[in-house]
Amino acid sequence: MSLLTRMSYKKQKQLVIALFLFVPLTLLLTFSFLPVLTMIGYSFTSWNGYSKTVPFVGLDNYITLFTKPEYFSVFGVSLYYFVGSFVQMGLALWFAVILSQSLRFRNFFKGTLFFPYLLNGVAVGFIFLFFFKPDGTLDTVLRALGLGDAVQYWLKDPNIINVSLTGASIWRYIGFNFILFLGVISSISSDIYEAADLDGANKWQQFRYIIWPSILQVIQLNLILAVSGSISVFETPYVMTGGSNGSNTFVIQTVDVAFKYNKLGLASAMAVVLMVIVLIVTRVQQLWLKKRT
Amino acid sequence: MKKSIAGLIGALALLTLVGCAGNTADTSGKIAGKITVITQRTDIVDTVFKQYAADFKKVYPDVDVTFEAIADYESQIKIRMSTKDYGDVLLLPTSVPIADLPSFFEPLGDLGDLSKQYVGLEERSVGGKVYGLPLAVNYSGVVYNKKVFADAGVKTIPKTPDEFIAALKAVKAKTKAIPLYTNYAAGWTLTQWEAPLTTVAGSVDYVNVKQVASDDNFVPGQPHYELYKVLYDVAKEGLIEKDPTTTDWEQSKADLAHGKIATMVLGCWAINQIKALTTTPDDIGFLPFPTKAEKVIVPLADDYLQGINVNSKNKAAARAWLDWFTNKSDYANVQSGGMSAVVGAELPAILKDYKALGVEFALQTPAIAGQEGWVDLIDKEAQIGLWQPDFKKRIVEAAIGNKKESYDDIMKDLNKAWVAARAKITAKK
Repeated sequence: MSLLTRMSYKKQKQLVIALFLFVPLTLLLTFSFLPVLTMIGYSFTSWNGYSKTVPFVGLDNYITLFTKPEYFSVFGVSLYYFVGSFVQMGLALWFAVILSQSLRFRNFFKGTLFFPYLLNGVAVGFIFLFFFKPDGTLDTVLRALGLGDAVQYWLKDPNIINVSLTGASIWRYIGFNFILFLGVISSISSDIYEAADLDGANKWQQFRYIIWPSILQVIQLNLILAVSGSISVFETPYVMTGGSNGSNTFVIQTVDVAFKYNKLGLASAMAVVLMVIVLIVTRVQQLWLKKRT
Repeated sequence: MKKSIAGLIGALALLTLVGCAGNTADTSGKIAGKITVITQRTDIVDTVFKQYAADFKKVYPDVDVTFEAIADYESQIKIRMSTKDYGDVLLLPTSVPIADLPSFFEPLGDLGDLSKQYVGLEERSVGGKVYGLPLAVNYSGVVYNKKVFADAGVKTIPKTPDEFIAALKAVKAKTKAIPLYTNYAAGWTLTQWEAPLTTVAGSVDYVNVKQVASDDNFVPGQPHYELYKVLYDVAKEGLIEKDPTTTDWEQSKADLAHGKIATMVLGCWAINQIKALTTTPDDIGFLPFPTKAEKVIVPLADDYLQGINVNSKNKAAARAWLDWFTNKSDYANVQSGGMSAVVGAELPAILKDYKALGVEFALQTPAIAGQEGWVDLIDKEAQIGLWQPDFKKRIVEAAIGNKKESYDDIMKDLNKAWVAARAKITAKK
């Protein structure tokens, strides 16, 4: 203790900061950066995941990858999720604006909207499998509403399957966007609204000139997460369809190559390529947004 | 739709697979101590296995056996095997390349000696040493509901693909049952189709010997083409479930038991599970997979092999359990629905009727010396996935009109991959 008090205030501050940072940084290094580095290392080998020998093959894996366009054809599926992410953000923003006002049962609705995000992804997958089954929940509801004609084979029809899966994904992740928006909107001081009211601004004008400028940054953040998220979709389609019937994504493909066909080396190379793509896309997006604002 | 969590998971999974440990010294002498046995049977680990442990204790009073059951055995054990801590007795994962078995498992003895006692050891032996004993020897084909067939007016047992499809059509026309349930969604259930390849080939040599010597694995007239043609035709004719993408495995067993499903392509291990779900278990029967071959051969194949962790601290006790389990327990007959791997074991009752009809039950010929594991190597290199659901799903998708490709397109594609991979693997050796 005396050692601490003898230090200058600045030194103490630095020490405390270092101590606090130690834990998260160690976790980050051990569980993010170290695995990524090992993975990059594996991408230059043809390791099968078991052998004690790890044969070095140089750039072979990358050559295989880039000479076979079918590895990249699955990115088409990402477009569904990309479009879906705008629907998701729109809905989330809509609910956030409504529920930021004083409304009856508003905490209940907030909870309902956020709840799916807390659920385990595997559980969500199973819920939606049941939901989309022929004569399952969705069909029953549609028939009860007199919309029996709209009933489809939600997962069997290859033209609809990705829309259905995107829907499930929206339901699952909307709570996350919602809570981000709500947080920012709630932090806007009520004085501003009052002043706007006095000046005769209607709800739309309040949204356009008070809320919108304040949430712009969060929208940008959500946009970046949405794009990188739709490039690397995994959980929902993996649990629900295993990537079959035209719902395959790049990450599912990578997992298959690694664990079904024991090509850890090639799979690592695919993961590296995905990482690079996400980094580039995010960077481009940042630059573009910076120019705009 | 959020965050590239998947990338992180992938990276983590790769990290946890880092290198594995060497040997530790064996303690010999009196058989005593604690051992952990890892099993994939989550359903009976607390009941049947407890009883096994009690019976075992009567013979070896100083050994304590504890069990660990893993639901998703293959992928879970893979990760644990990168450490030294993967139990004392466990199943040899089929995804471990055969040549790598000696780094994980204790040799149990010479193939020549042990073959006098047990069958089915050849496939996973390395350098003349045996690394595991089969839990059971199983057979595969079509599990069916006899009552549904009777209701549909199918009187003779369908033998050829044409007869089989005719029988399914009769089921569709005359009963409410689903003629054949693919279990497409679960995925692994589709891999069961690969097991009766020997029946279609009509030769015990095909799988391990002729197949690796052939560049025509998926061309018309060859076993793989004919085998999966049945799946394609059945799906194309609308003789499968309404929506394959939302099938439910647990439910399908009950539906077959109660006559809502007529047939499923499965291994014998499923028969007892299905029988347990109905009050009329005698309705559940077994059909050899339809074949054009002269002689109907139902292949007998190993279930998982059970081996000993090379890092085990108590190998003597582990070996005692392994020998006891294989020779004395009723696992093979009762729990697996197959037969014991002990030489001279009797055929299960359900098969005895077929013996009278001239159906032969035989083990597949092991690979020629020096070519062990080639089928697997070529398969993985080509990313065909003989034991993966992928191309079976593709066939179903094409058959129900979800994909534009024809059956022949798929087969040509697979054969191309096979030829290229085979050239690569055989050149390496």
